[in-house]
Amino acid sequence: MAHEATMSPLAHADDHGGEHHHESPNVFGFWLYLMTDCVLFGSIFAAFAVLRNQYAGGPSGKELFDLTNVGIETAILLFSSITYGFASLNALAKNKTMVLVWLAITFVLGASFVGLELKEFSSMIAEGNGPDRSAFLSAFFTLVGTHGLHVTCGLIWMAVLMVQMMGPQDLSERMMNKLACLSLFWHFLDIVWICVFSFVYLAGVM
Amino acid sequence: MAQAHTAHDGSHGSYSAYLIGFVLAVILTVASFAAVMTHALSPGMALAALTVLAVVQIIVHLVFFLHLNTSSEQSWNLMCFIFAAATVVVIIGGTLFIMHDTAINMMSR
Repeated sequence: MAHEATMSPLAHADDHGGEHHHESPNVFGFWLYLMTDCVLFGSIFAAFAVLRNQYAGGPSGKELFDLTNVGIETAILLFSSITYGFASLNALAKNKTMVLVWLAITFVLGASFVGLELKEFSSMIAEGNGPDRSAFLSAFFTLVGTHGLHVTCGLIWMAVLMVQMMGPQDLSERMMNKLACLSLFWHFLDIVWICVFSFVYLAGVM
Repeated sequence: MAQAHTAHDGSHGSYSAYLIGFVLAVILTVASFAAVMTHALSPGMALAALTVLAVVQIIVHLVFFLHLNTSSEQSWNLMCFIFAAATVVVIIGGTLFIMHDTAINMMSR
């Protein structure tokens, strides 16, 4: 925690820059929030696990899920994780232009993920397989929708940071902490997605 | 630029760490999809394989992307993570156990 006040570029570089800053109480506090989010997702996964076979005469995952689409969504999120990583590394190197470029790429990837998910949801609802169809589908929409909502919040946050970064905040210590928090959030959502594609989609089509 | 930062130790992130994590994540993801899409395994075995692959991939992401490690600087983060993970295991395991038991006793399945 003592490193928090180090502002000079030299001391800063010695501190390994802002990306990790687990010394910073802000980032540690954000980590604690993520752990509570973990419990939130755990609860929704528990509900899904209980209800996953309650089709009420409606369609099962086998009939509904398109694994190609899921594969593309997974690839997009995985790529967006590494592009955010490159943004973090450029932030450490104080290369603002490249940070903005990588954040923009990450934003586009995240937005296309949300777009694909919305397309999947709307086609399911159009076919009468909305969250009101069966307990299985209620649990499915709650779980995947909550993840999608988190990604959407992450995108809004990312856009705000990009605008702020172009203003007077630049790559200040404070901005580095914000970027570190969003980094944790973004990578955390990818971890939740691992569980979603494994236990909802892949286990659902078996 | 890349050199300047690969000099830092891996726990603080570097291009090589992100790339290693990315390659491992891709391999594990492809293995998960293959386990199901090739129909090579029985459903029970495939579910077991999915679980193992998911747990390994979560660890890969935690180490290479979230930079979680066992250093003293990270000990509180790690402690909180272990507590949260244990809570999640209790919630999911406990819910499945209770609801399964209820279903058996109510003869609803």
